[in-house]
Amino acid sequence: MTLPLAASPLSHPFFLHALLAGTAIAAACGLVGHFLVLRAQVFTGDALSHVAFTGAMAALAFGADLRLGLFAATICMALLFGTLGRGARPDDVVIGSVFSWILGLGAFFVTLYTTSRSTTNGTAGVRVLFGSVFGISAHSAVVAALVAVGVGLLMVLIARPLLFATLDEAVAAARGVPVKLLGYGFLALAGISAAEATQAVGSLLLLGLLAAPAGAAIRLTNRPYRALALSAGLAVLEMWAGLFTSYTVPKMPPSFAIMAAATVVYAATFLVRRPASGRPARTAVLTGT
Amino acid sequence: MTLAGTAAPAWSWNLVTDFQDMWSYPFMVNAFRAGAVVAVVCAVVGWFVVLRRQTFAAHTLSAVAFPGAAGALLLGLGAVYGYFTLCVAAALVIAALRGGGEHEDSALTGTVQAFLLASGFLFTALYRGLLEGPQSILFGTFLGITSSQVTVLMVVGAVVLAVLALIGRPLLFASVDPEVARGRGVPVRALSVVFLVLLGAATAEASQITGTLLVFALMVIPAATAQVLTARPALSLALTVLLALAATWLGLTAAYYSPYPLGFFVTTIAFAGYVLALGGRSLREMRTRTRTRTLTRPGADAVSAAREAAA
Repeated sequence: MTLPLAASPLSHPFFLHALLAGTAIAAACGLVGHFLVLRAQVFTGDALSHVAFTGAMAALAFGADLRLGLFAATICMALLFGTLGRGARPDDVVIGSVFSWILGLGAFFVTLYTTSRSTTNGTAGVRVLFGSVFGISAHSAVVAALVAVGVGLLMVLIARPLLFATLDEAVAAARGVPVKLLGYGFLALAGISAAEATQAVGSLLLLGLLAAPAGAAIRLTNRPYRALALSAGLAVLEMWAGLFTSYTVPKMPPSFAIMAAATVVYAATFLVRRPASGRPARTAVLTGT
Repeated sequence: MTLAGTAAPAWSWNLVTDFQDMWSYPFMVNAFRAGAVVAVVCAVVGWFVVLRRQTFAAHTLSAVAFPGAAGALLLGLGAVYGYFTLCVAAALVIAALRGGGEHEDSALTGTVQAFLLASGFLFTALYRGLLEGPQSILFGTFLGITSSQVTVLMVVGAVVLAVLALIGRPLLFASVDPEVARGRGVPVRALSVVFLVLLGAATAEASQITGTLLVFALMVIPAATAQVLTARPALSLALTVLLALAATWLGLTAAYYSPYPLGFFVTTIAFAGYVLALGGRSLREMRTRTRTRTLTRPGADAVSAAREAAA
């Protein structure tokens, strides 16, 4: 820590990879998280995060690529959750029951993996649960960043109809917005970003990346589009803050630093006075501002 | 993790000797006792959780148990105290900060949960001496439950049940119809705070058996199963307790005789019961098609919550 802060971390390839993947993942999570909060589906995100763990461990136990399991599990589960509830909005109790079983299955796969493959990779379970963003390879970082950018672009593309469908489902359906299709599409995107975030902060902590920036943005502004942008921006800033903090304080795992930054920002919004209440935002959206 | 690595005891189909063999170990007897206490307390509290649709809060409180246990180990205290302190504290935080509408509550709950899990991770990273890593805290273990631990579980469980018995009727009223209850002078908000604290205590208990990640298996699934099977409150409450007990004891037996973790068996048994109940209900519904569906779906709530989203 004798070198100046700005110069030293950026000269390490592992930090650059983490920064590249982390930035893209955080932006995607911020965008998706905003809608999860608006649609009161944070619990679905929570469930997906646990499913991601089982998917990854199952892939490891059967000797497949970890990411294959991640993506397959989260996307399938996201779509399943969609079919379990009306209008692709699942019931909390059903989600809870399903995901706690899936998590139990994850515990089974951990045991299967650690017993069958000797002790070559005994910490894999912990790595999936809590992430290891500094251990991400160049190739994985690029793939993660590309997928995250894709998710972000898709979110921006469907933001307008999705917002409409979220705020007033009945009117949106009447106007010919494919509400159901959007619901499923959004859940699939949420699944992909959960799988992405697992690689950065781990499956247990990705909920913070989804919920905290979005919650903070909604507290700070009434306007949906501004909140959407703010949510993505805050997520990226929190990711950076976490990465740099963790670099300077090596004892602190990066996942914790990122979550701490996210929590501090969210807590700070409780100190800020909320913008004038009343609800101009809803009319603003519907007229297209 | 539990018994993995060592050879699991063999299961002969002679039930008497099997159980004698299993119960010849004091830790297994303790595990069965602790499991019974936890199952009953969780089932009763969980029944209200499902009724009140507070599954997300329940899940968050259970996640909190992880940093509680890890932090207590780091400080050199017993994990038991860590579980109870942090679970009840988190219940109070959530109760104090609530009230911003459903979508904000969920963002808050999610943030609290992620931050506390991250803290737990920090504690385990700092505490290098943790032999099995965080996995036995996360996924449960039945090894090494001491008699004093069982006593603590029993005392706390008795207190939780006693308080719940006291506030049971108004809580039921407030859960089913908060508006009318408030109109009749029932202190709805105070009740919900008390209930959250009870929930915190119950999750702390359950975390010690199923692991913090799998508390749901005992808390939500039995209650959900019972409420699928019957609509009568007393009967479904009794059924919930029975199902939770069955899942715990069968799970303990299975985990003792196999190398796989306890949490896996408890969740699988409980979930199998849930799926069977759902299947049974849809069969019944097919037979009596004329009956109107009495399922309550939260769809209407979700729509109204989304409407408030811009507020």
